[in-house]
Amino acid sequence: MIEHFNPLEGKFLQILDKEGNVDKLLEPKLSVTELKKMYECMVLTRMADTKALALQRSGRMGTFAQVLGQEAQVAVGFAMQKQDWFFPSFRELGILLARDAPLELFYLTFMGCEEGNRSPKGINNFPLSVPVGSQTLHGVGVAMAANIKGHKVVAVAALGDGGTSEGDFHEAMNFAGVFKAPCILFCQNNQWAISTPRHIQTASKTIAQKAIAYGFPGIQVDGNDALALYAATKEAVENARKGKGPTLIESLTYRIGPHTTADDPTLYRSDKEVKYWQERDPIKRFKIYLQKKGIWNKKYEEDLVKRCAKQIEAAIAKAEKVAAATKPEDMFKYMYAEMTSELKEQFEYLQKNLEAKEE
Amino acid sequence: MSQLNIVEAINLALHQEMAKDKSVVVLGEDVGHEGGVFRVTTGLQKKFGTARVMDTPLAESGIVGTSIGMAAYGLKPVAEIQFDGFVYPAFNQLISHAARLRNRSRGRFTCPMVLRVPYGGGIRALEHHSESMEALYAHIPGLKVVIPSSPAEAKGLLIAAIRDPDPVIFFEPKRIYRAIKEEVPTKEYVIPLGKAKILQEGKDITLVAWGSMIRECQRAAEKMKERSISCEIIDVRTICPLDSETIIESVKKTGRCIIVHEAPRSGGWGAEIATRIQEKAILQILLVFAKP
Repeated sequence: MIEHFNPLEGKFLQILDKEGNVDKLLEPKLSVTELKKMYECMVLTRMADTKALALQRSGRMGTFAQVLGQEAQVAVGFAMQKQDWFFPSFRELGILLARDAPLELFYLTFMGCEEGNRSPKGINNFPLSVPVGSQTLHGVGVAMAANIKGHKVVAVAALGDGGTSEGDFHEAMNFAGVFKAPCILFCQNNQWAISTPRHIQTASKTIAQKAIAYGFPGIQVDGNDALALYAATKEAVENARKGKGPTLIESLTYRIGPHTTADDPTLYRSDKEVKYWQERDPIKRFKIYLQKKGIWNKKYEEDLVKRCAKQIEAAIAKAEKVAAATKPEDMFKYMYAEMTSELKEQFEYLQKNLEAKEE
Repeated sequence: MSQLNIVEAINLALHQEMAKDKSVVVLGEDVGHEGGVFRVTTGLQKKFGTARVMDTPLAESGIVGTSIGMAAYGLKPVAEIQFDGFVYPAFNQLISHAARLRNRSRGRFTCPMVLRVPYGGGIRALEHHSESMEALYAHIPGLKVVIPSSPAEAKGLLIAAIRDPDPVIFFEPKRIYRAIKEEVPTKEYVIPLGKAKILQEGKDITLVAWGSMIRECQRAAEKMKERSISCEIIDVRTICPLDSETIIESVKKTGRCIIVHEAPRSGGWGAEIATRIQEKAILQILLVFAKP
C-alpha cells in the first residue's frame, strides 16, 4: 500500500473521514477487541491529559506538553510488537499507553521526578527526549544493533514537524537509509512548533517526501485517523521486520492545546483554525465508526469513562507517593554504575547539611 | 611481550576485545576498509566483517547518536571521531544523552560506549586538528575521560574503557602515536579507570600531567636532576574520575606542584586539580602552578 501513496504525487492516506465514513477497500482488519482497545486508549489518553492540565494548574505538577487532538497516535503503538522499541519526544502519551507504559510514569515525569523514565523491564520505551529531534538517532542505533544481532526487532522514533529542521533528524534519516535500519521515523506534523508554523520549518510541500531523497519510502497520513495510522504503521513495521529497511510516516494532525502549559497560542493562531481542526477530532470520528459497527453505545461510554477516571486517580496517587519518597541521594546514585569518589564526597557533604538543617 | 607503538597497542586491544566479546562493534569515518586515517583500526573489518566494523556517513552527531542506541540495545560500540576538532557537532548527543541516559532512566537504560578521539597538537596539520579540550568533557557528569600516555598504558586503559558500563571518552595523544615504542604484554590486561600512576618518585616537586605531556615532564625531570632537583611525576591517566588522593598525597610530601597540560589555561583541568590540592593540602603547599 505504502508504495501507492507517493507524497511527491500529492497522495495522502485517509481511511476514516471526519464524519466517520470508512474506506472499505483500505479498512484494516481489526477484531472487535482490538478496535475497542484502540478507542479506549484514545479516551484514556484524553482524560489523563485533561487531568494533567488540572494538576498543573493547581500546582501539583510542573510544565507539561498536552497531547489534546493528537490521540489517534495510539494506533502506532498498537501496530508495533512487544519486542519493538519506541523513542518518544514529549507528546506521545497515547503511543506510550498503547505500549503498556504505566500511566503513573507520565505523571511522575512531569512532576519532575526521573522515576517516570524508569520503564518497566520488558517494555522498551525510551525516556522522553526533550532536545528536539535528537532521539531519532537512538532509534536508528537500536535498529542497527538489532540488525547486527539478527533480532527481528523494529525501532520507532517519534518527532514533531519542528524536529525535522534539526540536523540530527537528517543524520538519522541518512544512517537509516545507508544501513537499511529496521526503523520507522514517525513525524507528528501538528502544524506548529511553539509559535512557528510548519511552512517556516521547511520549504518542502510535505515532510513525507524527504524520505525519498534518503532512499526509502515516505507516506503522508491523516494523523487524526487512527485506522490510517494503524494501516501505514503496520505495513512499515512489517517491511522493516522483513529486512526492507526504514519508512518515514508523516502524520498530518493538529495541536489543539498550547505547546506546553507555559505557552499562549492565542498570540499566534486564530480560533477559526482551531475550530477547523476540532471538527476533525480523532476520537469523535472513531466513536461514530464504532457506533456504526454496533460496538459503541452510551452505556459502554459511561462505563469506560468511569473506568478511566478510576485508573487516572490511582495513577496520580501512586505517582505522588513515589515522588514524595524520592531522595536527594538519587541525584548521585544513577550518574555512573558505581558512584565516583568525587560524587561520594559531594553526596556526603549534602547529607551532612541536610542533617544539620533538620536538627 | 612485543615492542609496540601506541597505534599498534590500541589496534591490538581492539582486536582482542572484538575476538573476546561479540557485542563490541567499531564505527566511524574511514575506520573500516581504510583502517582509519591514523590506521588505528587497521585489519579489523577484514577480520570481523562489515557488520561489526562500520564505515559510516560523515556525520559526527550521527555516529555518537546511533552509538547510544546500539549501547542501549546491548552492544558495546567503540566509535571513532577522526579529529579532536570534529567532535563538537556531537556535543548534544554526548551531553544530553550519552552522559545522562543511566541517570534519566534510573538505570533502566545504560550507555556502555567508548568514543575514541585523537587529540592534541604537534602533527603539523591545519586548524581543528590540534585541539586539547579534555576539560569540556571532564566537566560533564556521567562521562569518564581517559588519556593514555604510552603504548602499554593505552592498551590496558582502552580495554578497561570498553568493559566499563558507562560512556568513556578516550583521547589518544596523536603527537606520540608512533613516537614511543615499548614492551606491551601480548595477553589482555586492564588498567583500572580512576587510578593515577606515580611514574617516578621524587621529593622536591610533583609534576602532574597526562597524555603527551608526560614525555615533556620526563624530559624536564631529567634536566632538573642535573640541578639536583628531584621530581615526582604523576600520570593522571583518567582525568575524570580524578584520582585526587594520589596527587594530594604526593604534594603533601613534596610541597610543590606543577600541573602541565596542552589545553587553554583558563578553566582548564589543571585549574581543577590545583583547586583540589588547595582544598585538601593548603597547609602543606609551598607552590602550585598550572602550566598550559
